[in-house]
Parts: sequence; C-alpha cells; structure tokens
Amino acid sequence: MIPAQFDYHAPKSLDEAIALLTQHGGSAKVLAGGQSLIPAMRFRLATPEVLVDINGIRQLEYVREQGGYLAIGALARETALEESELIARRYPLLFDTAKVVADPLVRQRATVGGNLAHADPANDHPATMLAYAAQVVARGPKGERTIGIDDFFTGLFENALAPGEILTEIRVPIPRATSGGAYIKLERKVGDYATTGVAVQLEASGEVCTAIRIGLTNVSPTPMRALEAEQRLIGQPLTEANLEAAGQLAATACDPSSDLRGSADYKRDVTRVVLKRAVILAHARAKGAKS
Amino acid sequence: MSRHQISLTVNGEKVTREVEARTLLVHFIREHLELTGTHIGCDTTSCGACTVMLDGRPIKSCTVFAVQADQGNLETIEALAAGGKLHPLQEGFWEKHGLQCGYCTPGMIMSAKSLLARKPRPTEAEIREGISGNICRCTGYNKIVEAIQYAADKLQEAR
Repeated sequence: MIPAQFDYHAPKSLDEAIALLTQHGGSAKVLAGGQSLIPAMRFRLATPEVLVDINGIRQLEYVREQGGYLAIGALARETALEESELIARRYPLLFDTAKVVADPLVRQRATVGGNLAHADPANDHPATMLAYAAQVVARGPKGERTIGIDDFFTGLFENALAPGEILTEIRVPIPRATSGGAYIKLERKVGDYATTGVAVQLEASGEVCTAIRIGLTNVSPTPMRALEAEQRLIGQPLTEANLEAAGQLAATACDPSSDLRGSADYKRDVTRVVLKRAVILAHARAKGAKS
Repeated sequence: MSRHQISLTVNGEKVTREVEARTLLVHFIREHLELTGTHIGCDTTSCGACTVMLDGRPIKSCTVFAVQADQGNLETIEALAAGGKLHPLQEGFWEKHGLQCGYCTPGMIMSAKSLLARKPRPTEAEIREGISGNICRCTGYNKIVEAIQYAADKLQEAR
C-alpha cells in the first residue's frame, strides 16, 4: 500500500519546523518515529498534504535528569529507555512500559513523544505519564509553554497542542525513595495493543498507601486515570479487601468497547485484576527501594 | 507532492536516486534498487519480513520513507553472503532447518544480526525476545532459535 502524495520537509532546527507548521496550518503533520503515522498514511486513514520530519533536529534526542525531573526529548526512542540503566533503576514504571510498546523493531524508531502526541488511548505511555503526573513541553510560534498531563488528552486522537506547536519534551518528576511504580499490560501477543493495561505510581509508608496515581490503557475513548480507585486507596493499608474494592471501582469507571480482544465486560473484569496486580508490584518495589 | 534526490550507502556502495516523498523505503529497496531479498509481508508494520539495518538499527523498512534514508547507511540481506560465502546466520538457518517457506527468513536474519551485535551470547529467552517483531507462520520458531544459537556459537569460535 502506498500513501497519498505529500510534500516533505526536513528542517534542521525547531524554529524552522515551527515556521513550516505555522505556514501550512492544519494540512501539515509532524513526522517523528512515524510508527503510527506511516501505517495510518498507508491505509489512507491519514492524508496530510505536508510532512515536517523532525528526525534531523538531533538536539531533541535525549533522556536525562535535570532540575528535579527526568527530561525526555521529543526524539528519544523507546529503545533508548529500554537500554538506559538510569531508567531501569529509578523509573521502573517507565522501564516496564518501554519494554512492551509494540515490538523490538518498532521500538528502534518509535518515540515516547509521538506515543503521547498521537493521543491514542490504546498507546501505552499515556497511562504511564498520567500515573507519573508528567508534564509536556510545547513550543510554537508564541513561544514555549508547559501542559500538565491531566490536561493534555482532550479526545480520541486529540491533544491540547495548539496549531503550530510541537511537543518538544516530556518531564517526569523524579520519584521519591519511598515510591514504587509498575506497568502491567495484558496483550494477546507481542506487538498487539493492550486488552487492558494499568500504570501505577505510588508512595507508601509501610503497608499504608500515602499517595497513588493510576492510569489505564485502551479501556476508554480518551486516556484516563482511575480516580475513584486512587481515592479508595490513599491513606489505606494495601490489603486484599482494599485492592479488590479499588479494582472494582476502576472496572466500573472505565468505558471499554467490545472488539476482537474481548467483550466490554471481560475488559472491565481484567482491568480489575490487572489493577490489583500492578498495585501489588508497585508496592513491593516501593518497599524494596527503602531497604 | 515533492520529489527528492537522495544519496546513501547501500551494502557498502554509494547510491544516488530520485524518489517521490511518499516512496516507502521497502519499495525503494525492491523496485528502485532491485534488491528483492527484502520482503513485503503484511504491509501493516506487523510481520518484520522487510527488516533492514539503517544506520546500525534494525527497522521495518515498510514504515520509513526512502527520503528519510538520505545520507544514511543501509544494509540489506544481500550484504550477508558477500563473496558467495554464507554468513554464520545463513549457515545456521541451513544447518538447523530454520526455515520452511523462507518468506520471513531475510527479516529474521537481519533482526538476529542486530541481536548478536548487541548480545553475542544470548540466552534462549533473549533470542525469542529479539525476534519477537518478526512473524514466522511455518516453523513454530524453535528451529529459528536453534539457528541463531548456532550462529552465536560459530561467531564466538571465530573470535
């Protein structure tokens, strides 16, 4: 299958890229890893008239801690996270996630920024970044601004970026020593989207959960947090009864659709189960981090 | 629509061609360069039959535009038996019966080559993870895993 025709630009600087996007308006798309956009173009689900390829803007390819957060540049590939000792050690939730995005070949090119900007609730990083309370840095013709992740996803495949804006960086707060995280994805096979997925980042004092954020993958039209489940667990010991109650609240709150991966009822129920498992794993890691 | 002149290194040789912006790298490889060892399987970024190395990374060439390979270094399956002698991976697939229909084999071998460059002594689990972006419908994968293990041993002996 061959995509529709388009004009291709490969700017060497961010300013040049923003100028191109501003000039072409809604007919232009940013091309980063391309692992969602190019398949969509082959199917002609996407037919942009102009592509602005940012792969030549090499200063956007970084993953580093600075100023109290982990900064992930727009061109950081999933593989870079998977191979990072820093991520493996300090960001277990992010490490879990990077390892299960699509397959190892796709991860060589796919970017974390693209995974978020695509705003597909079936993608894995939206849930993870919701759990981390990450921030997204956007640059456009009017300068730079920061968008909280809770305000970033505005609908199915829709995000809060304004026309002409590019997602340039993702900021993940550096987790405290008493925190732990985990991402568990239920998938039929490698490379498939999640049947359900749960991202958890929590802080614990012994058995008591003192803070928690939970993101869900592919069980709603827009990437979502399991807010009721979070509220149910904060200040509570992480007992089986409390976990079960939280899992049931998430199962009720989510809004999956029946498809080839299972019925809506099935997805709600496995969301309940996977949420419990993810909280247990995150808690174990929080305890491990203290010793 | 834009057309672009691109120059890149393909299996060690400098190549310059003009392409449409929308030309996928796999079509450029098969139809412009007539290197038909790289296969098109699924056309949906699922199967890995089109795997090649671009600037040292194994990628699905159906999911990159040819124009993006400008100034790059491309390696396809044809580079492996340079001089007519089989690469240890090709030898492994022969010796261990790592293929039946052979359609997935070029992609499997390119993925395996990248894996062995990163992990010269992979465990079975690492091999299975390393080729998990490549689909084989014939072998059940066991013989492919054995073939890659064979190549890993052979490459170790050569050191």
